[in-house]
Amino acid sequence: MKIPIGGVCEPGTTIANKTGGWRTYRPVYDYEKCIKCKLCELLCPDMSVFPKEDGYFQFNYDYCKGCGICANECPKSAITMVLEEK
Amino acid sequence: MTPKGDLKMDKMVVVEGSYAVAHAVKVCRPNVISAYPITPQTHIVEDLAKFIADGEIQNCECINVESEFSALSALVGSSAVGARSYSATTSQGLELMHEVLFNVAGMRLPIVMTVANRAVSAPINIWNDHQDAISQRDTGWIQLYGENIQEVSDMTAQAFKIAEDKDILMPAMVCMDGFILSHVYEPLVMLEQDLTDEFLPSYEPLNILDPKKPLSFGAFADPNYYTEFRYMQQKAMTNALKKIEDAADEFYDLFGRYYGGLIDEYQTEDADIILMAMGSIIGTIKDTIDKLRQKGVKVGLLKVRAFRPFPAEAIRKAVKDAKIVVVLDKNISLGLNEGALFTETKSCLYNTSNHVPVVGYMIGHGGRDIRMSTIENIISEAQEVMKSGIKVESQFTDLREELL
Amino acid sequence: MKEIRIHGRGGQGSVTAAELLAVAAFADGKFSQAFPAFGVERRGAPVQAFTRINDEPIRLRSQIYEPDYVIVQDPTLIEVVDVAGGLKDDGTIIINSDFDPSHFKLDTKAKVVTVNATKIALDIIGRPIVNTVLLGAFAGATGEIRPESIKKAVKERFPGKVGDRNAEAIQQAYDMMKEAKA
Repeated sequence: MKIPIGGVCEPGTTIANKTGGWRTYRPVYDYEKCIKCKLCELLCPDMSVFPKEDGYFQFNYDYCKGCGICANECPKSAITMVLEEK
Repeated sequence: MTPKGDLKMDKMVVVEGSYAVAHAVKVCRPNVISAYPITPQTHIVEDLAKFIADGEIQNCECINVESEFSALSALVGSSAVGARSYSATTSQGLELMHEVLFNVAGMRLPIVMTVANRAVSAPINIWNDHQDAISQRDTGWIQLYGENIQEVSDMTAQAFKIAEDKDILMPAMVCMDGFILSHVYEPLVMLEQDLTDEFLPSYEPLNILDPKKPLSFGAFADPNYYTEFRYMQQKAMTNALKKIEDAADEFYDLFGRYYGGLIDEYQTEDADIILMAMGSIIGTIKDTIDKLRQKGVKVGLLKVRAFRPFPAEAIRKAVKDAKIVVVLDKNISLGLNEGALFTETKSCLYNTSNHVPVVGYMIGHGGRDIRMSTIENIISEAQEVMKSGIKVESQFTDLREELL
Repeated sequence: MKEIRIHGRGGQGSVTAAELLAVAAFADGKFSQAFPAFGVERRGAPVQAFTRINDEPIRLRSQIYEPDYVIVQDPTLIEVVDVAGGLKDDGTIIINSDFDPSHFKLDTKAKVVTVNATKIALDIIGRPIVNTVLLGAFAGATGEIRPESIKKAVKERFPGKVGDRNAEAIQQAYDMMKEAKA
């Protein structure tokens, strides 16, 4: 790698850093309880919640750090934090 | 300086320095201008605003802002999208830009800015000295100083050419003495549009900030990389040494006007005493030299046009046969009791075999008028130093002891 | 080189007069330079402006301490400012006044002339703006500059009727000075 003049570079370099390995607890959906309110997607600080075609959501575990905000904020307790097996 | 025979009086007009600069900026075809008014820079911006309002500058936007900090910040954006960008300021306005000056240089944005040099507060003072620009010497901006309004006007086109060069890509300040040059009426050839179009091609940016093709500008550099960024900036400054000379030569070939490259010399060939200075004081010194030469005093002048990058090699060469070098500075580094040009001139001679004595005079602070008699006194003190050595290395000039 | 110092009060157009003189001198084929001694700009405060005229390009940037000519726009300044200070012995000081030159006890060996520029301005321009009128008087009293060049410079700066009236006033002041000399 050579340093470009002025440090101008392609954006999105954080995508290369898969930070999910940091996680101790992983969030898991219970779609039986989910009412598709979207709060988990809105509140995720790492943009690791993505909508699915059926209107429910899924996690991107490459970047989810397991902070648990989604589980904490879910009004229907549809997200459980499960201990990672490493 | 252009030989006198080459002066084309029929092409000259008598206008105010600020108007000459505004006109020069106009013919350089800027795309974005942003500035905040501050005496004595105001007339430049007023004239440019009028040009834009009258449709005299095509494809150019004037961004009104609420401070100098915002003016230069706006230009960071405009320069990043590939616009030729210009500002003008002075004194406290320049100091308010301090943080942004580093960003512009670090992002390698070739913005050109006129600095109508003025003293800094407190006490409040609107008159000329060089403290404002000198205090920004380490920000990574090229700094050029002009002697008269012809030079400052022509230097504006040269500054764009130097700054935008692919081997440089560093911002440039064109420094003109506030009031003394910004408000003087004198004859000049207004920068010619046709020749300027030939001299200064349109700005071809290396990268363009564009939402359709996203790029990160001004990204983060951790300790593994920051050093190399600084090194590359320094390398660009080193490249600018040659480019400043080239730009002056190319300008001469096209326009027939020349004021020196990094430096200029006047009567230095056989000079025992060489004075060094920057800006509008140069003319007064030249007249003084002519007067003293008639009395047989071997005195010459080294005019410094480029303060950044610092022309160390050119200075060493110019003073190699001098018996004493006298540096006049319109600034002071408080706590060192020296002006910047003096300190740096001494420094560039230290590790050489040339041990010529160098003395410094701090002069013209806050617009204190500089008379020929003052320069004559300095020269006669230099003659004394040649005989009996340095007693005072650096001192204030024309200090009014009765007020202290 | 000829050096001219203009004394006036803020708002009286001293700086403009110095500039117009530089423009006119250049039109006469001379090199010129005009600049003000900026103070705290406010109406009524004493101000100075300077013009240099030379056959060669002008490099000197200091203020003018030993003028060849002095123009005083407002005679009440004489009590406050040393208007004749440094004036060369063979120089001339032109004062805007309805008094005779002998009225003014100035410490100078230079020639003192007076012109009632305020009256000329009121009669012709209709307003007590004396700066251009005094330039006409300067041309007449010193012969350093052609009145046509001054009129041209003034008309360029103030196009239309204002410029025309100023030009008429300039001519009248010039003629009065010429007659007084003859």
